[in-house]
Amino acid sequence: MAFSNEQLERYSRHILLSEVGVKGQKKLLEASVLIIGAGGLGAPAALYLAAAGVGTIGIADADEVDLSNLQRQVIHTTPDVGKAKVQSAKETMEAINPGVTVKACRTFVDASNIMGLIAGYDFIIDGTDNFPAKFLINDACVLAAKPFSHAGIIRFKGQLTTYVPGEGPCYRCAFKAPPPPDAVPTCKQAGVIGAMGGVIGSLQAMEAVKYIIGKGELLTGHLLTYDALKMEFRKIKLPAYKDCAVCGEHPTILAPVDYEQKECDLK
Amino acid sequence: MQLTVAGNQKEYADGLTVAKLIELEEVETPAYVTVSVNDAFIAGGTFEEAVLQDGDRIEFLYFMGGGSA
Repeated sequence: MAFSNEQLERYSRHILLSEVGVKGQKKLLEASVLIIGAGGLGAPAALYLAAAGVGTIGIADADEVDLSNLQRQVIHTTPDVGKAKVQSAKETMEAINPGVTVKACRTFVDASNIMGLIAGYDFIIDGTDNFPAKFLINDACVLAAKPFSHAGIIRFKGQLTTYVPGEGPCYRCAFKAPPPPDAVPTCKQAGVIGAMGGVIGSLQAMEAVKYIIGKGELLTGHLLTYDALKMEFRKIKLPAYKDCAVCGEHPTILAPVDYEQKECDLK
Repeated sequence: MQLTVAGNQKEYADGLTVAKLIELEEVETPAYVTVSVNDAFIAGGTFEEAVLQDGDRIEFLYFMGGGSA
């Protein structure tokens, strides 16, 4: 594939980097990333991946843009209120970079459709807001041997990790099973500072880019935590867990499962 | 004894259990916290029996659910 003059100029700051160069930019243009959730985390991730020229970006979400989303979900604008989030996200991404293909998937991701959804993608970004979805994405990615970025945010805190098949622990190794509904506060109940999605969602995009270009060290085997009030990042080692129900030596989860799904309450 | 809890070195009484440390540190949602000691997970339900030793490194991992929608 030869670069057009427009592409050489658009991606010039990438091409200047020895870690990216023409070769890395070509990898990005040929890569595909699926973002599940077009919200606080998915919005910045989608913007940066589109801007970076990731050739095919899927975005899955069943919701519409709500006024209360706009405090943090920077891919949507005030005139988008009421519009399907995936449509609003697609329009913004294509406006930033008409050279990428955005596949909008207006669907609620569950055990019945997740394997089909992730099948064609090189890397998955979990930008969902609830534990059943986070466990579903983890299990599906482990079962399908897909790398993915997990993240969560609440109040002034955020955290993320990266799973690469065969190279380290999964989300379930550390967290075993979803907590009962309402046992752990959600952003709707507890709030979240808007820029937290920007910090953590951008880090998820960074992990996707590094995975695609094959440079640097991923967060595999580590949980990166961020406390904005203390302005402190910590990289905590995540041990592998040989008895993990999905990625352990004798897995008991052999297909994706739906946990009790509360109405997606984070508007 | 000296323990490193979430990256901070502090002095604690000998014989401290993981359960007691969770109480002392006022861990949020203590029923749902994941604990690692020296980079190995402590099985849920065994926090009462897990006695900490001088020099142990303890991390608390929290459920963090928000992100989208």
